[in-house]
Amino acid sequence: MMNLDKFTPAWVKRIGLATVLGIFVAGIVFWGGFNWALESTNKESFCISCHEMEENVFKEYQNTIHYTNRTGVRATCPDCHVPKEWGPKMIRKIQASNEVLHKILGSVDTPEKFNNKRHELAQHEWARMKASDSRECRNCHRYDYMDYTEQGNRAARMHPKAFDEGKTCIDCHKGIAHQLPAIDQHIGKQNEGAVEISHGEKPGEDAAGEAKPESK
Amino acid sequence: MRLITALAVAAGLLLGGVGSAGAQELVQEIGKVSIEGNTKVDMFRPEKDKESIPRNFQKQPPLIPHSVKGYNITQNFNKCMDCHSKARADETGAVKVAKSHYLDRDDKKLSNISPRRYFCMQCHVPQFDAKPLVENTYKSAVKGGE
Repeated sequence: MMNLDKFTPAWVKRIGLATVLGIFVAGIVFWGGFNWALESTNKESFCISCHEMEENVFKEYQNTIHYTNRTGVRATCPDCHVPKEWGPKMIRKIQASNEVLHKILGSVDTPEKFNNKRHELAQHEWARMKASDSRECRNCHRYDYMDYTEQGNRAARMHPKAFDEGKTCIDCHKGIAHQLPAIDQHIGKQNEGAVEISHGEKPGEDAAGEAKPESK
Repeated sequence: MRLITALAVAAGLLLGGVGSAGAQELVQEIGKVSIEGNTKVDMFRPEKDKESIPRNFQKQPPLIPHSVKGYNITQNFNKCMDCHSKARADETGAVKVAKSHYLDRDDKKLSNISPRRYFCMQCHVPQFDAKPLVENTYKSAVKGGE
């Protein structure tokens, strides 16, 4: 130990090597614990532990290709709704504390209440996806690796065109995992005045522009 | 015609299933096709994008030459009209809905399809190269058809 002495910084000598090692280990344990707690809120089973999720969006999602498909590769709730990168993930997780508040308030605790808010909730997600260039889609669906010859006629025709126009996944692929809110397609009076769906007609469209909160 | 036959038999099977238990005992067969167990119709799988199969008779609603998996027509949204409406067809390259569909019952022209035409798949069904379940002598009335 004597020959190590001159390499040991003064502050380590002051608090002792054992303390330094102790802090290091405590750091690992703390970070591990934090990460474990965070990841446990990042599971499908956690999401559907609230009946708001289980009774509404989870049921709809069960009919879609992201839930069940030929090969059994799935995208679960957090794969689409929580970013994978650490920074954006933390931001999203902090924003999600608002969802805890609304769980306590019971804002969407019946299917009727949920459907009344569906247009607003959907537009929030569309805006988030648009702002991040559909980052969560692209975690799996990388368009630079798409083989258009393997795609259907329509997809092979539309994808290159849309990418050239600077569109992003969510511009066209809305309502693929959950039901859409009422959309005004100008067919009869049923959905008159409802949300109009955008297909990214204006590339570079202001992300907030598409999701102006309804004045309700 | 093969498709029509298939659909007719499917409808028959469905009605048989819905009927009361007593009726089920009476009707065990439609022609020579048993209504119990798995049939070829049960094995129906939506087909991927393909060339259109020609119509079998005049004024037949054209078949859908692409997969419609997950394409829902609900009160909230009509997926078909997201591509096939006049306003969207140019961009999507889809076949425009026929003009007759834009007329209401008083022959007034509307900006989009008439609500009475809302449920596209009541008449237009995905095409499927189904072999006839029962042999028949049907001949297509349309030139270029089968």
